[in-house]
Amino acid sequence: MLKVYRNLKGYIPHICAIVVLIFIQVLTDLYLPTLMSDIVNTGIMKNDVSFIIHEGGLMLGVAGIGIACAILASLIGSRVSIGLGSILRSKIFRQIERFSLREFDQFGSSTLVTRTTNDIVQIQTVTVLIINMMLRAPLTAIGGIILAYRQDSSLTLIFAVALPALVIVVALIMTRAIPLFKKVQGKLDKINLVLRENLTGIRVIRAFNRINHEEKRFDTASNDLTSTYIRVNQIMAFLMPVLMLLMNAMQIAIIWFGSTRVDTGSLNIGALSAFIQYASLILINFIMMSMMFIFIPRAQAAAERVTEVLEVKPDIVDPESPQKSVTGNGYLEFRNVSFRYNGAERSALTGVSFLAKPGETTAIIGSTGSGKSTLANLIPRFYDVENGEILIDGVDIRKMTQENLRSRIGFVPQKAILFTGTIKDNMRYGRENATDEEIIHAAQVAQASDFVGEMKNGYDTLLSEGGLNLSGGQKQRLSIARALVRRPEIYVFDDSFSALDFKTDAKLRAALSNETENSTVLIVAQRVGTVMSADRIIVLDEGTVAGIGKHEELMKTCEVYREIVSSQLSEEELA
Amino acid sequence: MSEKNEKQENQSMGGGGPGGSIGHPVEKAKNFKGTLFRLIRYLRPHRTRLSIVLVFAILGTIFQILTPKISGQAINKLTDGFIAKSAVSNISKEQTKARENLQQLINGLTTAKTQASDAAEKAVETQMKATLPAGTPISPALQEKIDQAKTQASATAEQKAEEAVAEKANMNESQLKAVQEFYNLPNVKDIKSSNKMADTVKKMESLSKQLPQHNSGKSNINVKESDMKTAISDIRETGGKIPFDAILHVLLIMLAAVAISSVFLFIMQFLMSTVAQKTVYDMRRDVDKKLAKLPLKYFDSHTNGEILSRVTNDVDTISTTLQQSLTQLIQAILQLIGFIIMMLTISPALTGITLITLPIYIIATALIARASQKYFAGQQKYLGNLTGHTEEMFTGHQIVKAFGHEKESVEIFEGYNKELFQSGWKAQFLSGVMFPVMNFISNIGYVFIAVFGGIFVTKSWLNIGDIVAFIQYSRQFTMPIIQTANITNIIQSTIACAERVFEVLDEDEESAEPENSLVLEKPEGHVVFDHVQFSYREDEPLIRDMNLNVQPGDTVAIVGPTGAGKSTLVNLLMRFYEIQDGKITFDGMNTKDMRRSDLRRLFGMVLQDTWLFNGTIEENIGYGREGATHEEIVRAADAARADHFIRSLPDGYNTVLNEEATNISQGQKQLLTIARAILSDPAVLILDEATSSVDTRTELLIQHAMAALMKGRTNFVIAHRLSTIRDAQTILVMNHGSIIEQGNHDELMKKGGFYADLYNSQFMGANLDDAG
Repeated sequence: MLKVYRNLKGYIPHICAIVVLIFIQVLTDLYLPTLMSDIVNTGIMKNDVSFIIHEGGLMLGVAGIGIACAILASLIGSRVSIGLGSILRSKIFRQIERFSLREFDQFGSSTLVTRTTNDIVQIQTVTVLIINMMLRAPLTAIGGIILAYRQDSSLTLIFAVALPALVIVVALIMTRAIPLFKKVQGKLDKINLVLRENLTGIRVIRAFNRINHEEKRFDTASNDLTSTYIRVNQIMAFLMPVLMLLMNAMQIAIIWFGSTRVDTGSLNIGALSAFIQYASLILINFIMMSMMFIFIPRAQAAAERVTEVLEVKPDIVDPESPQKSVTGNGYLEFRNVSFRYNGAERSALTGVSFLAKPGETTAIIGSTGSGKSTLANLIPRFYDVENGEILIDGVDIRKMTQENLRSRIGFVPQKAILFTGTIKDNMRYGRENATDEEIIHAAQVAQASDFVGEMKNGYDTLLSEGGLNLSGGQKQRLSIARALVRRPEIYVFDDSFSALDFKTDAKLRAALSNETENSTVLIVAQRVGTVMSADRIIVLDEGTVAGIGKHEELMKTCEVYREIVSSQLSEEELA
Repeated sequence: MSEKNEKQENQSMGGGGPGGSIGHPVEKAKNFKGTLFRLIRYLRPHRTRLSIVLVFAILGTIFQILTPKISGQAINKLTDGFIAKSAVSNISKEQTKARENLQQLINGLTTAKTQASDAAEKAVETQMKATLPAGTPISPALQEKIDQAKTQASATAEQKAEEAVAEKANMNESQLKAVQEFYNLPNVKDIKSSNKMADTVKKMESLSKQLPQHNSGKSNINVKESDMKTAISDIRETGGKIPFDAILHVLLIMLAAVAISSVFLFIMQFLMSTVAQKTVYDMRRDVDKKLAKLPLKYFDSHTNGEILSRVTNDVDTISTTLQQSLTQLIQAILQLIGFIIMMLTISPALTGITLITLPIYIIATALIARASQKYFAGQQKYLGNLTGHTEEMFTGHQIVKAFGHEKESVEIFEGYNKELFQSGWKAQFLSGVMFPVMNFISNIGYVFIAVFGGIFVTKSWLNIGDIVAFIQYSRQFTMPIIQTANITNIIQSTIACAERVFEVLDEDEESAEPENSLVLEKPEGHVVFDHVQFSYREDEPLIRDMNLNVQPGDTVAIVGPTGAGKSTLVNLLMRFYEIQDGKITFDGMNTKDMRRSDLRRLFGMVLQDTWLFNGTIEENIGYGREGATHEEIVRAADAARADHFIRSLPDGYNTVLNEEATNISQGQKQLLTIARAILSDPAVLILDEATSSVDTRTELLIQHAMAALMKGRTNFVIAHRLSTIRDAQTILVMNHGSIIEQGNHDELMKKGGFYADLYNSQFMGANLDDAG
């Protein structure tokens, strides 16, 4: 939580102002009973009506100062707390945009979204509460003690006993309740988990007739949550009554000891009534504060999650003096490349070397976990190699800026992702200044023009939520078209034909071969059919190159390749 | 990481507690009353507890309301004592002073009188003696006569002297008498009995009225008559001392009241937590039970997030409201009424002043709420935009990076962020101003009470303690107002939540099970589709007239591009969805005449989407058949070629699969689901052959395991492997959700339709011309 609040550095003057303003406001609240005591002592005792009215005017003035301060504090406070949210949001988003895929996968996209949005809203809300409500309690206590001391120093000793008692009571209850609140959160998560499993596995559950079993599981979780909730609320049930008891005990003490002070003439009744009101003001603010405590555990968890993201040091940064942006032909070379995922025992790639030339298609095949996608992801430097180097036109990609490197690559990922916007907008993602003709051409190559043409608004059709209205194959074709629009030197297709039916797959590859005549094409694939015609097939097995060559050569020399092929094609097709 | 459920919106935040500001727009229920009554019905089983809660809430609050009044009485007692005490000490001081002042007069008078009487006596004696012949012995009778005359003369002389003194001091006779009487009163301080003290003071007061005014100094007690009356009654009551006994008595009563109220309120809260949570527990259970009865159609048409949110978030909001807001509302309303009554008993006039502030509160809050509405809406909108953008950018992180669009993405984000800040801080400011404004209005009320109360006290219409008590009431008065306003909002959004929960409970359930259900004792696996008609949506018929006869031991291969609706058949076979016309029979028995659970027991399922749950491996395999022994589970795992890898895990069969089951590979998961299906030993197997995400070695294992599993059963296979397809007795070719071709491999190839195309393009990938 504190780490998050370090971001308030720029707001230190504001915060000081808020503290001062709230303190003044609290003092005005407290000063009213003081003035009231004058009314009692001077006005009432001496029967001076004009004095009373005069004091009334003064009190109105004081109240006026109070609200002015409060409004000003609220103004600054909301700018600070919402500003904090804004700063954090901006920081975390920029940070995440810098993340390499390694760092990104470490968290996962859905939690990163929550961290950027909900978690920060939580922090923001609690900051508002702290500024508006919780800050008042200690300030009221301080102000109350000061004013009380001015009225009667020895009676102020009651505060010296009561306030620590108050703090102890609140602390005692909260130290018991807050861990339980955290537990409640955990149990809620558990219910969510069981329920989510129930929803995602509904077919399996019903198929295996395990509805009763699942009901029991849910019931256990629900029961667990219920009993924890009851426990925490039973603890919380102490809070208000105990505070009330304390508040009134304090009042009783003030009246009793005040009475003896009045008897000896060292205190007047007006001051006594002021005392009582100080006490109740302090208490009301403490009650408010302790009610706010409930919200803190949630915000704390949120703050921890946000900090976790912010503290990641991006491992891929641009070189200080990058190689001047070069545009060559797109010779891609892997030199003895090894790579290991964070914390993984085994390398995902070991000693991979190959050369992919412009005008040629290089295909990469291998079973899952063989490192195909990893290899593809290394080219745009989504991850950095552990050993060896990747060169484009003879330059190590780590010596280029990421922007320059990626501008030379047309990347088509495994999972076709489109963004909200028109189809045209999505195509232009590849190259901002692409003309309509270029876009249409790319779509034709990618076999997307037919279905785009069928749409009511054609290329201006709005894709809602990243193409919710499109099928997987359609999205994949658009994603291919987007890379084509870029007209890069190097194409990387990371298993991007998987959602296409076989017919479209074949057509697309045919059209593509004309388009990519001068480019280096890298195709990662599962299907043998997709790679068979490549100029060069690289067979990966458990992160190492098991063979490089054309289909026919590999059939003869590479055992792994044969294994893959035979699992997909029957003997007849092989013949 | 423990935030697996972060995805759920944290909408409950704005809900419970006093943190929820009034300015926030409130979500409203469509049918408030109906939902409310329904919610109340949920509280029914707890009505005994609830009524205890209610009683304790009322009693606790009443005592709570009483305490300021009691403390006011203590202060009144103190004030009375103080006034009496200071009155007595004043009076006694003045009395002493007055006596000093009167001393001279009295002395003069005494001297004058003595002198006069001495002179008169002497004169009388001389005179009398002169009338007698000299030397005449004075007889006792004479002496008596003389004495008599002397006394008489002395009295007259004294009288005269007095008159002379009075004349000299400008006093009449009665005044002089008063002075004398006054002088002779004992000092009030020394009087023991408080009644006598009061009487003395009273006498002193009445005497002092007769005292000559110019002889001031002594016209000491120049207090108004009314005050004097108060003082006298105070003195009679307190004896001119602070009545510590009485104060202590009142304070003890107060302590008792506070203690009782604290205990009561504690019991109330304590019981309420059980009531609230048990109620919510019932609700959760009902929803879960209901979900089990809902047809799959419901789950396919609602996102998991939506359903989750209803069962967890919405129910949680209800729980918070029941826990806090309900008792708070009761208390707030009682306090509102109680405070008004108490204030009325103290001073109707001051109560009137306090009540004038009420409409000001309402107007002020309404104005602020209206002003902030716009910004809240804006905040909501921009937050939505921002979240949307974030979600999109993060799911497309790879693309953003690949196409170097980080800068643009950040720019758009900053734009939304700025807009969000602008409307956010204004909304926050306005709702944050609410509290100070309320406080200010309360302060104004306070000032008026102080001023008017002060004036009332000077007029003796009120006591100081009364004002102190009244102020406490009027200050606390704002709390229940704010709370009621707040809680009404909370209750509204809670009812909206409850409505969403009830909506789930009102969904149509699966059709009822047949009354005389049939059970297959020895299933063989003869499955017939007889003129089956089915569609997900009424206007889009998918399967029009499907006929299929699958003999026991046959394999049906279902082929077609991704998204062709291959799972529809699974849905129909297992009765996840009901067919609209025709029938499906199993060994000649209409599946509609069987209980769903009995029907499903006949099937085993291995889907590509390997669903496993957060539990041990043994539990996950054991899922296939309830009550399976460890040996059976191991045997099934062995048959599924999974035993080896399971044993190589650190905890073997007791390895707990984590939430996302990421601690084993996809292929291993697949093996577990196969083991699960083997354990259930079904007559008919439904298999999804897709092995796209499995490495070669595991794939081989899976193939062998599947082959073992399929042997001797009727199989429906969503096929990807050519060997499976070609060995199948029947191939169903699906596209766009419906079956477009049906037959065996040779028939279909001969036909030269979609299947032939598909076949050729997949396996003759090199021959692009053919495919085109």
